[in-house]
Amino acid sequence: MPYSEDLDIRITDSCMRDGSHAVAHQFDEAAVRDMVTALDSARVPVLEVAHGDGLGGSSFNYGFSKVPERKLIKLAVEHAPSSKIACLVLPGVGTVDDIRAARDLGVSVMRVATHSTEADISAQHFGIARELGLETVGFLMMAHSVAPEALARQGRIMADAGCQCVYVVDSAGALVMEQVSDRVAALCDILGDDAQVGFHGHQNLSLAVANSLLAIRAGALQIDGCTRAFGAGAGNTPTEVLAAVCERLGIRTGIDVFALIDAAEDVVRPVMESEPVVDRMSLLMGYAGVYSSFLRHANRAAERYGVPGPEILLRAGQRQLVGGQEDLLIDIAMEIAAERPTGIDPVAVP
Amino acid sequence: MLCGGHRLVRYRHSLNAGDHVPSLTAAIVGSGNIATDLLFKLLRSDVISPRYMVGVDPDSDGLRRAAGLGLEVSAGGVDWLLARSELPDIVFEATSAHAHVVNAPRYAEHGLKVVDLTPAAIGPYVVPTVNLTEHIGLNNLNMVTCGGQATIPMVAAVSRVVPVRYAEIVASVASLAAGPGTRANVDEFTRTTAGAVAKVGGAEVGKAIIVLNPASPPVIMRDTIFAAIPHGSDENAIVESVRRMEAAVQAYVPGYRLTADPQFDAGRVAIFVEVEGAGDYFPPYAGNLDIMTAAATRVGEEIARAAMISTA
Repeated sequence: MPYSEDLDIRITDSCMRDGSHAVAHQFDEAAVRDMVTALDSARVPVLEVAHGDGLGGSSFNYGFSKVPERKLIKLAVEHAPSSKIACLVLPGVGTVDDIRAARDLGVSVMRVATHSTEADISAQHFGIARELGLETVGFLMMAHSVAPEALARQGRIMADAGCQCVYVVDSAGALVMEQVSDRVAALCDILGDDAQVGFHGHQNLSLAVANSLLAIRAGALQIDGCTRAFGAGAGNTPTEVLAAVCERLGIRTGIDVFALIDAAEDVVRPVMESEPVVDRMSLLMGYAGVYSSFLRHANRAAERYGVPGPEILLRAGQRQLVGGQEDLLIDIAMEIAAERPTGIDPVAVP
Repeated sequence: MLCGGHRLVRYRHSLNAGDHVPSLTAAIVGSGNIATDLLFKLLRSDVISPRYMVGVDPDSDGLRRAAGLGLEVSAGGVDWLLARSELPDIVFEATSAHAHVVNAPRYAEHGLKVVDLTPAAIGPYVVPTVNLTEHIGLNNLNMVTCGGQATIPMVAAVSRVVPVRYAEIVASVASLAAGPGTRANVDEFTRTTAGAVAKVGGAEVGKAIIVLNPASPPVIMRDTIFAAIPHGSDENAIVESVRRMEAAVQAYVPGYRLTADPQFDAGRVAIFVEVEGAGDYFPPYAGNLDIMTAAATRVGEEIARAAMISTA
């Protein structure tokens, strides 16, 4: 069954939320205005705008926003005559107050994210979002870390709370091919007609587009991308590539592929500090199953304490850290520094 | 079970024959993780005698254990409790914020002292090492949240040395140590903790973040406290104050410790704390339960002490 009469799947572009990680949350008004205008005219159906860690994410722990996110969200709504504007919120970081404020700014899609075993902390957020008339999406993050059936049960909890589409979120870019379709299929089975299923991919193992296709074939009706892969870690499923591939396969996304290719090159790329790449650090994140937005935080802790960044990431994987625990990367860096035979005083390293 | 008599303060024998210690009777409302852990701590108190535990689930492990330990228990909730011919002196509310909003006026009607362990925050916030006695005469005292009990002492330790424009806390809790009450109350947790970081911790603005981690084996409670401090702050004085506060908390939570010295970086200090519980009801990783129930017990004992003075 297609997403709608006109679309086989609906694509949400998250470069103004996931991409926030890649620029340490330094988006300004001009960047958001230009990207929204370009992606809206390329007919991308949904654009997500928020701090990288969701509403209320501006903090010491995750990085302070250069421009308050509500300002950017308001701007996005004003410059998107046809695209819907979405926001993300992580219970434990943002609250229903943030959801209300976003709705008042004109946001129409609310995406509520939890770790893939903790869906029950999202119930009040889905409830309020639905009461406010918002369309709802649930994000089961770090979906690689649980088996398909267990993930599906968590999706059921979200759907029962009012979630209309449950996403398999490959936060670490760690899922490989059938691991995606198995999870999507398990969710489709358990949700039936009660909620749709979506997929959010990362590039750490260079599989984001292929994984997205497998998700579609397994029944996913909503797929996330980030134009030019502009997102955390190794970057996300590049929206313009996904749209081009879908067009080749006759999957209707409604996106003007050529316009989006131009937007990626002429508008989004200039906002980016650098192209996301699969390098030692980001590949290790996919390999070890480490949350994508840890990348910049691990790099900073490595520099501050004079310890190897890859070692921080591997220990983050061993400790089974979940999204949100950026503070503990500093703790790990200090632990590694303390173990070093050179006896470097961690505080003295600039 | 206990001798009857004067409703507000009763006396029971302590270890020294003839030396009478005043003891208040207590009811625990709620029978979940926090309630059951609290029961074990109150049973060790010299000045509080837990007499009732009420819940809503007749099959709950908490009620079963409480009955086994000699308490009068019921799954009939607050209705049952308030119908007792002898009401307790103190009620410890360990349900949920929503439940406490409903229950609080009923306790007030009966003039009961309430120590509220939910994030409902009807009464003023109390963190033992910071403001134990400030509000002790009031009838409803709020224990903030587990994350607040673990972090606000540190915010206060910094703000008593330098002005703190903004403080932020990140609490990481093992999934298994977060019961249904906590899970249904995540927003109340962040709001109430942030409010108390400012009001009790002494920061101009407070923010709170909670993360549940399902790692296996379960991870010990971790808290990080970030405080914005003025340029040129006396770092040694801050470290000394933080270490003194660590010792003060250890007086009632022995497993509370810094994992490293405070870290100074670009206008902020970061303090890393680990909270290992006493293992009363839950295993030691559940330091979040332990610090909350240990703090509530301290407050209950202070209420008993104040009652003793007022009736002396």
